[in-house]
Amino acid sequence: MTAGNDTIRIDNQEIPFTAGQTIMDAALAAGVYIPHLCHHPGLPPSGNCRLCMVEIGNRSVAACIAAATAGQQIRNDTPELNAARKAITQMLFVEGNHICPSCEKTGNCKLQAMAYHLGMLDDHFPQFYPHRELDASHPDILLDRSRCILCDLCVRASRDVDKKNVFAIAGRGTQAHLIVNTPTGKLVDSPMAKTDLAANICPVGAILIKEKGYEVPIGQRIYDRQTIRDIGLYEQAEEKNKE
Amino acid sequence: MTTEHTTKRKLKLATTSLAGCFGCHMSFLDMDERLAGLLKHIEFDRSPFTDIKHCGPCDIGLIEGGVCNAENVYVLREFRAQCRILVAVGACAINGGVPAMRNYFDLQDCLEEVYLRGTNVTHPHIPDDPELPLLLDKVYPVGEIVPIDYFLSGCPPSAEAFLQLLQPLLVGEKPQIAKSRLHYD
Repeated sequence: MTAGNDTIRIDNQEIPFTAGQTIMDAALAAGVYIPHLCHHPGLPPSGNCRLCMVEIGNRSVAACIAAATAGQQIRNDTPELNAARKAITQMLFVEGNHICPSCEKTGNCKLQAMAYHLGMLDDHFPQFYPHRELDASHPDILLDRSRCILCDLCVRASRDVDKKNVFAIAGRGTQAHLIVNTPTGKLVDSPMAKTDLAANICPVGAILIKEKGYEVPIGQRIYDRQTIRDIGLYEQAEEKNKE
Repeated sequence: MTTEHTTKRKLKLATTSLAGCFGCHMSFLDMDERLAGLLKHIEFDRSPFTDIKHCGPCDIGLIEGGVCNAENVYVLREFRAQCRILVAVGACAINGGVPAMRNYFDLQDCLEEVYLRGTNVTHPHIPDDPELPLLLDKVYPVGEIVPIDYFLSGCPPSAEAFLQLLQPLLVGEKPQIAKSRLHYD
């Protein structure tokens, strides 16, 4: 059975879409979860974390930036794709310093929750243990680049929602890193406030609001109670309610 | 030849803490009265619970902590050589954990900061007793030194997680850690 004029099929489930929607938007709106870290409903997609890779025929595409097109037959929740997603997650872990027991974000971290979702038992690859600059200059916000996964959600949130353009990604390849758009390069000299979306959208523990870290005890945090799948679908529904 | 004796013998279990805090061992003890049931099927070889100094031939070895010094490397290799099944237990064994946070800095800088320049240092001297094992340049996950069969995540893994690992191993089955049990903190 083939999909209709205004539907796509993901893992044999027929899903409606509207013109201009990405595969990710159509899937989440229909309650079909495609794993993602750098996608966030309401922000323009970036396509950089590659966790949302799905297969259409012989091609692999990132669902967050690929347009839904009538009749697409898409594979998403397959053992092969989830194994590849786990390998990507392991690479994200070893490239940074993700020492969960010492991180304020533990239990609220999407990278950690993704690793749980994909059944990641070890990091597999050798650790980089990079030394990256920490910026504690801002009175309310901590920037610890050790944990940054370069999803650029803060870049997009600051530019497109907060209209402050505080962040950017500089450098290429393994030299890529998050910079602050101020003459000193320090967060304290930026107009960033702790109520900004950019201060609250970090999926990992790279951008933290100070003096909040342990308000909720470990064991009672978001991903101690819910899966990243549940939260991913919830965020989409919440964004739709705003419209 | 499989005899009744060999099929019913107790499995030998060895445990050690390398660059760890013994928290995983404490969590192992949190199995409480369930340990009594476990001890019908296993006996300890080298372990802080027995104080046996060297690991003999074992069925299961549990490694807590990462590898931070030359002695850790020696002990870990001995465990790998002697244990049929080697398990990395806890965050430090799996990815270096909190001790690996020194890896972002030069080892000499760390030693000088702690023993020479640090706050309230009264007799500046970097310890150099020949009995002290030499530190490695970095703290390594155990899996970067020897092959590991199973990984038990958590800081520490819960008593239930230990049971979920050990019970299948006791009957010769492959343990499956449920996603709902998976925790790195």
